[in-house]
Amino acid sequence: MTVAEAVTTSDRAAHQAGGGGDRRTKRAWKVSPLILAFVFVPFVVEAVWVFWPAMQGFWLALTKWDGLSAPTFVGLGNFKDMVSDPIFKTALKNTAIWLVLFGGLSVIGGFGMALLLQRERRGVGIYRAALFTPVVFSLVVTALIWRVFYQPDGLVDSVLRGVGLGDFIRPWLADPDTALYAVILPALWRQIGYVMVLYLAGLKAVDPALYEAAKVDGASAWQRTLYVTIPQLKGVNSVVLSVIVIDSLRSFDIVWSMTKGGPYHSSELLSTYMYSTAFQSTQLGYASAIAVVIFILALAVILGYLIRAFKEES
Amino acid sequence: MNRLRTAGYHLSMSVVSFLWIAPILWVIVISFRSFDDVAANGLGSLPHSFTFSTYKQAWEDADEFRALINSLLVTIPAVLLSLGLASIAAYGLARYNIPFRRTVLLLMLMGNLLPPQILLIPISRFVELIGYYDTLIALIAVHVGFGLGFYTFVLHGFMRDLPREIQEAATIDGAGPGRIYSSVILPLTRPAMAALGALSFTWIFNDLLWSITVIRSGEKMPVTPALLGLQGLFVSSWNVIAAGTVIAAVPTVAVFLRFQKHFVGGLAIGAVK
Repeated sequence: MTVAEAVTTSDRAAHQAGGGGDRRTKRAWKVSPLILAFVFVPFVVEAVWVFWPAMQGFWLALTKWDGLSAPTFVGLGNFKDMVSDPIFKTALKNTAIWLVLFGGLSVIGGFGMALLLQRERRGVGIYRAALFTPVVFSLVVTALIWRVFYQPDGLVDSVLRGVGLGDFIRPWLADPDTALYAVILPALWRQIGYVMVLYLAGLKAVDPALYEAAKVDGASAWQRTLYVTIPQLKGVNSVVLSVIVIDSLRSFDIVWSMTKGGPYHSSELLSTYMYSTAFQSTQLGYASAIAVVIFILALAVILGYLIRAFKEES
Repeated sequence: MNRLRTAGYHLSMSVVSFLWIAPILWVIVISFRSFDDVAANGLGSLPHSFTFSTYKQAWEDADEFRALINSLLVTIPAVLLSLGLASIAAYGLARYNIPFRRTVLLLMLMGNLLPPQILLIPISRFVELIGYYDTLIALIAVHVGFGLGFYTFVLHGFMRDLPREIQEAATIDGAGPGRIYSSVILPLTRPAMAALGALSFTWIFNDLLWSITVIRSGEKMPVTPALLGLQGLFVSSWNVIAAGTVIAAVPTVAVFLRFQKHFVGGLAIGAVK
């Protein structure tokens, strides 16, 4: 507290003296060797564990490699193979379904819950905590919780039988028609609370005077949401969009722990297909090429995120 | 009318909240049921027994105790190292006129945004090459390397906004760059560090992909991947698996409850800027 106070006072004094205006543009401090090391060491750590492997990954995508002999260069051969690979096509289609359903529904659900729970009133804290709890769990824990649920004669089946829908019962995770959706559900259960928190933070930052003004002008609650809240949330929306797309393309844990992409690749995503190609059938070149496809799909979002970050910087 | 609406609101929100945590409660209930009970009445029925033996089995027979220790041996050093490295990098980049500082910052952030799949094969090979395959040290290094970019970016945002005058004052008082970092800048970024600490703890603790990529032997597995092995060990003993799941979830729930404010604040860091 005292530090913060001291800071604001000295700040004000500087402003009065006319010297506070350029504190962001001018960095007069000399760069000492220590400071260079401060930046250099972490940068090198990241270079060794991220930049260098990433470059190798891109190069491996152009090779055929079984991990034993030396990789042989095949150019774009791996990418040509993908076109005629039915499993790759399934994985690509499922990744698209995943993006739309997992991404879309978690935005709708998270935003809806944030609207419902934005006003500070009695009980709201408990509701928020309930929705947020699954976010704390690992996806493996989430997967196991839901596997218990989906077991034959588990709670899902008992409830269905109880309400007379016993005919619908099936081995949810072992049926190729339902496996993908049976995995999306737990993933959503965990993601909605996360998106809700992002939107709650965004809603808090909206100026209440705007609502007052709209109210005075006779706007209904629905109109206020549509014409005041949503346009004010532009920044949050773009963050949520990037988070959702990056999360969807990275999704691996939940599928791997529930179905491993099966049965018959019916719940295969690009990420799980990449992993099993790499570490189970050791086609390391082809697996790298799948990873490059994931990267390309994520690229637009990554660039958007970086451009925004860049703008903030300048 | 208004009171009715309030009652309706609370009723529906209570139902939603209850449904939301129902799966968790259900698994906790199952974890205390005996094998005979589950076998006789099915997983969907209400409990007819109460036992702690499931926890004993998961803890001792499946050696979740060791798995938890492994998790902590990886998570704690990885969190400390990555936050330490990220904070010195952010300090240098935010407070000094380092050449190409913006490029360096964006490169580091970009590294974190890469899909991890692109790194899996090269990293598993690299770790093998330097003789650290199947060691916890390799796992720590991977987590530190991959997380650094994001932590640096967030901390940079905080440090950049600290007023220039405090640093000037410290310089006049004769403090060098290292001193300014440790006794002026670092204490002021404590809220951000706490938020990132809580977040990164759960991220690293909850990781599956990197663990199964760089670690092979069962006795070195952290608890998150070890949980998957439990399924093979106790086929269809869902009460023991449920107990194991509860055990594996406890540490992150504890961190969340202890650092609730920081945690939620941390998640929202990116949202409002």
